[in-house]
Amino acid sequence: MNATRKPIATGSDWNFNVLERFDAELARLADIYRLDTYPNQIEVITTEQMMDAYASVGMPVGYHHWSFGKQFLAVEQAYKRGQMGLAYELVINSDPCIAYLMEENTLMMQVLVMAHACYGHNSFFKGNYLFRTWTDASSIVDYLVFARQYIAKCEERHGVQAVEQLLDACHALQNYGVDRYKRPSPISAEEEAKRQDERETYLQAQVNTLWRTIPEAPTGEPPLPGSLHSGGDDDPLGLHSGGRYPPEPQENLLYFIEKNAPLLAPWQREIVRIVRKLAQYFYPQRQTQVMNEGWACFWHYTLMNRLYDDGNVDEGLMLEFLQSHAAVINQPPFDSPHYSGINPYALGFAIFMDIKRICEAPTDEDRQWFPDMAGSPWRDTLEFAMRNFKDESFIQQFLSPKVMRDHKLFLVVDDDQAENLEVAAIHNEQGYRRVREALATQYALSVREPNIQVVEAAIRGDRSLTLHHVQDSRRPLGRSVYPVIRHLQQLWGFPVHLVSMEEGHVTRRFHWPIEDENTTA
Amino acid sequence: MTYFIDRRPNAKHKSAVNRQRFLERYRKHIKRSVEEAVNRRSITDMERGEKVSIPVKDISEPVFQHGPGGARDIVAPGNKEFIAGDKIRRPSGQGGGDGAGEGGASNQGEGVDEFAFTLSREEFLEFVFEGLELPHLQRKSLKSLEEIKMVRAGLAREGVPSRISITRSMREAYARRIAMRAPIKRALKEAVEALEVEEHKDPVLRNPKRISELKAEIERLEKRIAGVPFIDTYDLRYHQLSPQPQPSNQAVMFCVMDVSGSMTQNHKDIAKRFFLLLYMFLEKHYEKVELVFVRHHTAAREVGEEEFFYSRETGGTIVSSALNLVNKIIEKRYPVGQWNLYVAQASDGDNWDDDSNICRDLLVKELMPQLQYYAYVEITPHDHQSLWHEYESVVKQFPERFAMQQIVEAGDIYPVFRELFKRRLNQS
Repeated sequence: MNATRKPIATGSDWNFNVLERFDAELARLADIYRLDTYPNQIEVITTEQMMDAYASVGMPVGYHHWSFGKQFLAVEQAYKRGQMGLAYELVINSDPCIAYLMEENTLMMQVLVMAHACYGHNSFFKGNYLFRTWTDASSIVDYLVFARQYIAKCEERHGVQAVEQLLDACHALQNYGVDRYKRPSPISAEEEAKRQDERETYLQAQVNTLWRTIPEAPTGEPPLPGSLHSGGDDDPLGLHSGGRYPPEPQENLLYFIEKNAPLLAPWQREIVRIVRKLAQYFYPQRQTQVMNEGWACFWHYTLMNRLYDDGNVDEGLMLEFLQSHAAVINQPPFDSPHYSGINPYALGFAIFMDIKRICEAPTDEDRQWFPDMAGSPWRDTLEFAMRNFKDESFIQQFLSPKVMRDHKLFLVVDDDQAENLEVAAIHNEQGYRRVREALATQYALSVREPNIQVVEAAIRGDRSLTLHHVQDSRRPLGRSVYPVIRHLQQLWGFPVHLVSMEEGHVTRRFHWPIEDENTTA
Repeated sequence: MTYFIDRRPNAKHKSAVNRQRFLERYRKHIKRSVEEAVNRRSITDMERGEKVSIPVKDISEPVFQHGPGGARDIVAPGNKEFIAGDKIRRPSGQGGGDGAGEGGASNQGEGVDEFAFTLSREEFLEFVFEGLELPHLQRKSLKSLEEIKMVRAGLAREGVPSRISITRSMREAYARRIAMRAPIKRALKEAVEALEVEEHKDPVLRNPKRISELKAEIERLEKRIAGVPFIDTYDLRYHQLSPQPQPSNQAVMFCVMDVSGSMTQNHKDIAKRFFLLLYMFLEKHYEKVELVFVRHHTAAREVGEEEFFYSRETGGTIVSSALNLVNKIIEKRYPVGQWNLYVAQASDGDNWDDDSNICRDLLVKELMPQLQYYAYVEITPHDHQSLWHEYESVVKQFPERFAMQQIVEAGDIYPVFRELFKRRLNQS
């Protein structure tokens, strides 16, 4: 399209010089598009190093645990059998933002990954409210180093076995290590290390106070908001009064364990805390898959096309890119043998592209569905969508009828009491809202994972811990519940009861140790 | 702002510790797979990894999950013919997975219920030898047979015509020619110049005598130059060969095993580990290791590996039959000068009463002088019989090269090797 095409480089070979020139160009474009990013730290690595990185769930420094080894073996096996190409990119929410490029990649891949990760994901990490609230990009690497050293020290002192068992138990609960409604204090390695010893004694003191035979109002900071022991004065010995502890159900199981488990040693509490803090770090990622990938795809698509329009890449590279891009955002239909759920890359990309379309060339339908958006400046609208939503609300807010039509989305109700599955809604005028609602719910963490909360710790009784599973639509807990409450019991140190409740009725009880046996071991 | 960092030179085995932890944790499962593999594989085929499978349920990391059942909404793409209100028959054998309900559980893929991975060669061997309490196998120097080989050893002035080094001879000749001609050429030049001076003089002053003298001189010198030979016997150089002792890099290992009725499969499995160990040790040391399997009851036979380990026979035991056969095979196929010979014998100690001293004589007179090493293991928890006692006298004569050991279970195999390594180490 333009006669002055002067590609920065052609062919599939690359070198650092070429990458730097492409990066400079991408940075220039990102500036034009007002992408706000952390500085980039681009690391070129080998296949094997990529498998390492993969196995440690993308943490640049990890503590040692067998489960990461298992992950590594699985990745290695799949890669060697050719079942899986390694993802050609891995990016870490840190400041500077670390992105990995594999040395085997072609020039096109490297440029694509830089556009996707170093400008797409990077700006998402910096802009999205969940990441801003829950993670501190500047300190995560330091914290990981601290965690690794601390755990290694514990292994030295207390034995690998003991630490491993503790980590097993914590990992089983790590999805329940986040306060969903309370803003957390950001992770800070420096502070963690500095206040380390202080906290150990402090934590222990807190627990001791709680477990004293004769309760009294704890001095200092209350362990939990709205603390207990209010009615303690009525009973002179204070043995049975004081109401329930905790007064409010607690959804952050790991936090509750860390602060209240009676028998944990200080170092064990610290490890619970480490797992909890890392779970918190990954918490936003679990909730922004569609948005994060969609955003990154949108930008790599936009930036690559701009590179082409400016004459910085040739047709060959562009064709290779389009093929790769098409593969990434491919969404096989539900009846395809390749179908494995909704592809977050495809869905996210489609929604962001559609937002731009609605802003630039709205139809009547768009004006009706998105009166505020239609005709607004697309870059601002896109930024707003990226910053202020998570998958659930993003889909609820921005999934347009057109995207539903393009993807031919439909809603099936699977009720085990009905003989057949029922198609409840399809992509038509009557169905749009219902489909959108259901898809959004599908991405809600509270629906994806069972809702389980601590309701009572029998601090004046047998010290057992009771949890409620708030059951929804008669969906029971999976079989893994027993191993998990066994882990929970190991942490708590006393019997654990888990009660499934639906609409006020108990549907099922789980106990560990299993009740029939002698429980006073 | 962007920084590029080339991490490729960094260590790549970042996951090694985690990998080790995993293997440690599932030692039992892995050991079972490895044992099966050892029994299935050939002795010569141990130096590669092995695929191991562990049931997924045994290694899953549990988390709270939704189980199947209840009512759920599923949104899926690719609707072609459905309209609202359609009923669809529930797919049979449904896994209840709609992507959303799977949580963060294991994602090893495609609904396989085995977690499969590959042990590296080192890991595999570690498991193979685990029960043997083997330290890291190290390559120790082992006394080898020396074979005489002629190697090139520079150049000499004498030799046979077929070994002339042409380039070196020509170079010598060239040097000599330059050296021999130089003074003559210098004299010639002087004479020519003198002649010229003489001839350019005024005719009155010319000295005809001097001119003819010079002319004669020039002629003489030119003749001398032409007379310098192009090549001389003096120039010839020959490639030199000198005899050098060279360690032979091939070995043959005889596996001798009693397969009489008293040897159970368990005995044979222990014996297999023992043979395996020796084989691997030899393989590290020699470029080429051949295996000869000799089994015997009352008569000995050379067999293939499969038959050696896995077929059963009954009957009495005459050990000397096997030793005789080994001796014959050596004579026929493995000349002592070219092969390092090793014999490993496994037996439960049974032998025909009068045969044991025949064995001893055979060993002392025939075999031991030719062998590098003879290792005998007796796999029995019982008391020794005559064979053991006769062998003890062989040890006395060849303490360096004859080792024997009683083995009750796999863990006892290693000491035999420790003996072997230790002694050789001290010697070298």
